[in-house]
Amino acid sequence: MYVKQISVFLENKSGRLAEVTSVLGKHEIDISALSIADTTDFGILRLIVNKPDLALQVLKENGFTVSATDVIAIAVEDKPGGLAKVLDILYKNDIGIEYMYAFVGKVADEALVILKVENAEEAVNILKENGVKILSADEVYSL
Amino acid sequence: MRYWDEHMECMDRSTLQEIQLKRLIETVKRVYTSVPYYRNKMQKLGLIPEDIKDLNDLQKLPFTTKQDLRDNYPYGLFAVPLSEIVRIHASSGTTGKPTVVGYTKHDIGIWSEVMARTLVAAGADKHSFVQIAYGYGLFTGGLGVHYGAERIGASVIPISSGNTKRQIQLMVDFGTTLLACTPSYALYLAETMEEMGVDKSQLKLKSGVFRAEPWSENMRKEIESKLNIKAYDIYGLSEIIGPGVAYECEYQCGMHINEDHFLPEIINPETGEVLGEGEYGELVFTTITKEGLPLIRYRTRDITALHYEKCRCGRTFVRMEKVIGRTDDMIIIRGVNVFPSQIESVLLELGEVEPHYQLIVDRVNNLDVLEVLVEVSERMFSDEVKKLEQLEKKITKAIEDTLGISVKVRLVEPKTIERSEGKAKRVIDRRKI
Repeated sequence: MYVKQISVFLENKSGRLAEVTSVLGKHEIDISALSIADTTDFGILRLIVNKPDLALQVLKENGFTVSATDVIAIAVEDKPGGLAKVLDILYKNDIGIEYMYAFVGKVADEALVILKVENAEEAVNILKENGVKILSADEVYSL
Repeated sequence: MRYWDEHMECMDRSTLQEIQLKRLIETVKRVYTSVPYYRNKMQKLGLIPEDIKDLNDLQKLPFTTKQDLRDNYPYGLFAVPLSEIVRIHASSGTTGKPTVVGYTKHDIGIWSEVMARTLVAAGADKHSFVQIAYGYGLFTGGLGVHYGAERIGASVIPISSGNTKRQIQLMVDFGTTLLACTPSYALYLAETMEEMGVDKSQLKLKSGVFRAEPWSENMRKEIESKLNIKAYDIYGLSEIIGPGVAYECEYQCGMHINEDHFLPEIINPETGEVLGEGEYGELVFTTITKEGLPLIRYRTRDITALHYEKCRCGRTFVRMEKVIGRTDDMIIIRGVNVFPSQIESVLLELGEVEPHYQLIVDRVNNLDVLEVLVEVSERMFSDEVKKLEQLEKKITKAIEDTLGISVKVRLVEPKTIERSEGKAKRVIDRRKI
């Protein structure tokens, strides 16, 4: 039910992002989504890739501080108000969002969103009850 | 075997003081007659060797500093003809001319003896395998420990510094029982072992003697748990003899100074006034048996305190506390004395960070600013910005509480702070004053 996200600690200096992507490229790892959260001094790069375990290993080997986190991938209707509907469900059920980012979808009429919430299990149940489409890890990795 | 030389190490203090006084008087006579530099200095103070009648008269004698050694470079302070010098060591000379020290055959004997006491106190005996990962060469670390280990009949593995993976391989293959290196290198070895997939259970290592840079009690705990050994602090400086000047016993409550060879004092570094037991100040040594380069009241620049009560181990030699800093490494930030070791203790106490840090001091708009770089370990990393920011704040607050000044903490990527096989470079001072 969860998708494994790879998070990488990056100092804010030029070239670091390029190094991450080049390490992944060398190992034939495909990135399907990414987001960067940054402060003045450092950033956290969050990645959804097709081979998360391998990505974790090769990034560690190359000296990066890396962790794996379970996140939820959902599909929303690709039309105005589509995302609002889902966020409203979470809000009404008092589920706080740590962070979220959208993701390049290859499915027509659907926009894909990655969500990190405080209580993942509860969130998944509520989203399911409300008919929100949740993507499995396999579906996401093969995108 | 608990002691190497029980007779000397556990001698009652009044007998020890008689020996010290006799040796001090001989030393003062020797430098007065053989070293023009000391004769001139004493004459200027109106002193003759006969003025030294008891141990308190030591305070009448002039100090010797590192600058004096440089001014007399290379052999000006030697007290014997150069034909009697059998060994030369020297400092790297990164901050000026190198400091040159010379030993007679007798001096090398003393050095081996005090180092033998050190290694035996750290659990070594003739069955031990001693891996010496201090640098060999002009630096006194390698050969100093080497001669001591040979004196007790241990098997010496003289690998010197560097070649980290090979060090670990040999440690496993040769069954090393005692490791000698700098504390930061010990941690680096442990880190590399993890990367190589070598478990500490594969080692026969029981103990280690670590020094040549300041280290904290917490760093000791890290080394002890990561290598599963007992980590002993040792102390020495080439000007006095090298490693072996002072050593820890199994109770790890300060380092016993080999007082039958080196007379310690603690002074106020500003005024030169001699301080009492337990008071922190600059450690000063007078060598009382050395022939080649006897030094009178040599200022070590190390800050520590002395304790005279008898140790539970039975040794009567005075104990010096772990060195808390150096008069020259001490950074003064907005009037506050800061030692890198204080920051290290804070970081380790937080329990979330590896002790890889660096202090950068700068002056911005006439105000000193201290930036502390801390490497982010996997353990402390989070995918959430707010958690990392909380960590940064927690570290900042803990350091500010300890030092009493404001600092800027910056989290940096792992392995970006330079690793060292010798002394870690903890402070970068960019102030242009």
